Amino acid sequence: MEIVSNYLLSFILFSPVVAAIIVVILPRDQDNLIRWTSFILSLIPLGLSIALWISFRPNEPGFQFQEQRIWYAPINSSYHVGVDGISLTMVLLTTLLTPLCILASFSIKDRVKSYMALFFLLEFGLLGVFLTLDLLLFFVFWEFGLVPMYFLINQWGSEGGEREIWGGRKIPARLYASFKFMIYTMAGSLGLLLAIQMIGVVAGTFDMTVLFKIWPQLNEPLFGLSASTVKAIAFWAFVIAFAIKVPVWPFHTWLPDAHTEAPTAGSMILAGVLLKLGAYGFLRLVLPLYPQQSQAYAGALGLLAVLAIIFGAFASYGQTDFKRLVAYSSVNHMGFVVLGIAAAAFAIGSENATIALNGAVLQMFNHGLSAAGMFFLVGVIYERTHTRNLNEYGGLFPLIPVYGGILIFTSMASLGLPGLNGFISEFLVVRGSWPILTVYTALAMIGLLFTGAYILKGIKMVLHGPMNEKWSGHITEINFREIVVISPLMVLMLWIGVWPAWILNVINSAVMMFYRWF
Amino acid sequence: MQFPILSIIVFTPIVAGVLILLIPAEKKTEVRMTALAAAAFALILSVWAYFSYDIPAGGYQFMETYSWVPQFGISYQVGIDGMSAPLVLLTGIVMFTGVLISWGVDDRPREFFAFLFILATGVFGVFVALDLFMLFFFYEIAVFPMYLLISIWGWKETREYAAMKLTLYLFIGSVISLVGALAMFFAAQMGTFDMLALETANYSVTFQKIVFPFVFFGFAILGGLFPFHNWSPDGHVAAPTAVSMFHAGVLMKLGAFAALRVGIMLLPEGAKFWMPWIILLTLVNVVYGAFIASVQSDFKYVIGFSSVSHMGLVAMGFAALNRNGLLGAGMQMFSHGVMTALFFAVVGMVYDRVHTRDIPRLGGFRRVMPLVALAFIVGGLVSMGMPLFSGFIAEFPIFMGVWGAQPWIAIVAAISIVITASYIIRIITKVFFGPIPEEFEGHVSDVTVLDKVALVMLSAILIVVGVYPAIMVPLVESGVNNILRLLGGA
Repeated sequence: MEIVSNYLLSFILFSPVVAAIIVVILPRDQDNLIRWTSFILSLIPLGLSIALWISFRPNEPGFQFQEQRIWYAPINSSYHVGVDGISLTMVLLTTLLTPLCILASFSIKDRVKSYMALFFLLEFGLLGVFLTLDLLLFFVFWEFGLVPMYFLINQWGSEGGEREIWGGRKIPARLYASFKFMIYTMAGSLGLLLAIQMIGVVAGTFDMTVLFKIWPQLNEPLFGLSASTVKAIAFWAFVIAFAIKVPVWPFHTWLPDAHTEAPTAGSMILAGVLLKLGAYGFLRLVLPLYPQQSQAYAGALGLLAVLAIIFGAFASYGQTDFKRLVAYSSVNHMGFVVLGIAAAAFAIGSENATIALNGAVLQMFNHGLSAAGMFFLVGVIYERTHTRNLNEYGGLFPLIPVYGGILIFTSMASLGLPGLNGFISEFLVVRGSWPILTVYTALAMIGLLFTGAYILKGIKMVLHGPMNEKWSGHITEINFREIVVISPLMVLMLWIGVWPAWILNVINSAVMMFYRWF
Repeated sequence: MQFPILSIIVFTPIVAGVLILLIPAEKKTEVRMTALAAAAFALILSVWAYFSYDIPAGGYQFMETYSWVPQFGISYQVGIDGMSAPLVLLTGIVMFTGVLISWGVDDRPREFFAFLFILATGVFGVFVALDLFMLFFFYEIAVFPMYLLISIWGWKETREYAAMKLTLYLFIGSVISLVGALAMFFAAQMGTFDMLALETANYSVTFQKIVFPFVFFGFAILGGLFPFHNWSPDGHVAAPTAVSMFHAGVLMKLGAFAALRVGIMLLPEGAKFWMPWIILLTLVNVVYGAFIASVQSDFKYVIGFSSVSHMGLVAMGFAALNRNGLLGAGMQMFSHGVMTALFFAVVGMVYDRVHTRDIPRLGGFRRVMPLVALAFIVGGLVSMGMPLFSGFIAEFPIFMGVWGAQPWIAIVAAISIVITASYIIRIITKVFFGPIPEEFEGHVSDVTVLDKVALVMLSAILIVVGVYPAIMVPLVESGVNNILRLLGGA
């Protein structure tokens, strides 16, 4: 067992790859065998990260469980992994959601093997981003995750729907969505790629722990421009790449398409974890590497966050497609994460900033739970009705009471009802941001009102009102497997809502220590 | 005397070619078996040479020197350094996989393999040559069989045109560089063509500035440098599959490699003078090549133009004239060689089954040939520079090198990554996914076991280098150190 504890992070990171290989060599036609093997294999990273959580020492500064090995010697890039409280939370979220997603994907019938293998590769890419402490490897995993996601949307996405592209040509909506997702994100990452190359050339290393110390201090002119100009450009290159992923208004347009067309589990992981990559990029890279620039442009970032909150809520309210409604709600909720980050950037080091960051990190985790839950519930009802059109539902509560209860519970968590998780994190963000960015925070709180409106609209149109008679007798209650998928999420929502100390303890000490250096 | 491994590698193909010609024409299986055995032998030796190269020692290794025409200072001298060792390996790989996927060539296979092997000898020869005369000698040997291979076994529609265009272009290139090489020979006044001796010739700066363009551009034509690239897509398209693999996979590296070895390494001052301008041409290569590729509807033209774009990155890495740029260029030559061989193999397999390369008419082939689809996806990801595949390992240092030379070029060149990604994923989706068009329904069969072996081999190499770059990087780095020494530690 010693080898496991010494290389715990590598075990967590590579166990999905091993799982993917095992799944690939299983016999092709044994769908059930593949499903169950995948599910059991996906519990391994979860078990390991729970062990990681338990053996993690929150009050110790710096990164823990570090491993470093040479990867690409001539450009000084190494396989360097390590966790602090922020990444630990995200690792736990990823490894928790993956088994649930796999369980939710038992209804996939087409090419189960490839599907499961891609899902494991996706988990690998996501975990890599959270675990790595090397800037080049960060980019490696950042980009690599796109590939499995592309194929998941492209091949297992929703069947119907067409989108018109230029020239009036019509293509299937899932092709459109997956292509847009891929190209949008890759194009957005170009600036990040170039900035990382530039940092590598100037600093001669990609090791984050080194870069955190030297890069903010760098003052010599670079490439004939002043250091501050170069850094400001690089800052925006980073910000745009991450803002697309979060997504911050106005870079969000790929998201409703990708979410809507992705298979249920794809949407779950997309909303649950993929969006966190962008926010994590802000926390892990932008704030430490560009403290001056972050402070200088925090107002702009805060404004975008407020617009994301307000427009996200309005757009969500305007949808008639249930899945699109939930998709826009992600724009709205992730806006709070960015608002917290912007406020913290403006007053880094202050007590309010720490509170805002606590809120932002917790909101990332919470949104991971509630968005995954919401997308799953949309998937559940879609599988039964084969429509996502809210107008075709109505009054389903008496027909499917258990599902209705779960939907209301999850929606309330998403809405931020006190006692459930969303309230804690949104309150912390607002509490921390208020003294720093008062006007923006006030506007964001008005945005919260519309959050309530669209969530109630969703509940109303699905569950209440006159019953749409065509479902009577045709719609079945949520089944046991589906309840197993949703219940861990519900337990955590309630647990964090009632007693958030266990997770805030880890996040808070990490935030206090990590941002103290700067 | 040590074991003459390089000479054996160089002459194995041509000896096998002669043996093959001695086999009666109707014994096609024997011809193929002989070809496969020879290719396997050359591959094993090149793998051996690759892994037994002593990296800490560096420099040229496995040297062999025999006097050849001493009156004119011509010797037979071979050796490999960190730059050429991967290329020898690449040639071995492409030759072996090329034979595997050419199993189905039914029209005069005897002559086909014989010519292919003459070509292989020429290619091996250039990569190991340390004598300027010898380098030209093998260079011409490599170019000539191309003409016959394309015009006899090529695509009926354009083969005469493409073969003629290609050969004339390349001859013009080699004549131009020969002029430069002769000037170098006489200016050195050493009475030798030995490149190691010429490295110390101390040419005057003015001389280097005048002669460098002759040598560099002459060879760079074969490397597909803009605006001399347009023989290459035509040639790729018209050539039979194995020849396309050779052509894009190895032959284009021949041009880049010779431009490096003769141009940059022997005339470093000339290189320093011209490279800031040449890098602009390479930028056009990279971006414009990607744009042209993205609007093609012929499957093979897409790959042909993507080669132009990717070879532009090699030249761009050279033009940066610094450690990262050269390192990336060295890696890119290998990575692109394997990748493009894989691409052309896939295109050939699809074409052999449906007899069209018109992308809008293709579709759904993963249903009948899943492994081919997977291989093409791997190649595609390499092509778009996706991390954890070899293309990223190669392109990243090239861009870093360009940052060190002319930052704005790196920024503009990066556009090509997105363009490449857009056309690659469009093709993957169109050709391999979706429904199979009705006209091909039921007519398309899966590829043979030999084809699968070739595809798996090529894909595995691309992934291994991408995940574990240390398998190749230190070697290339030692070659780069040698070049930097000549450049005066730039």
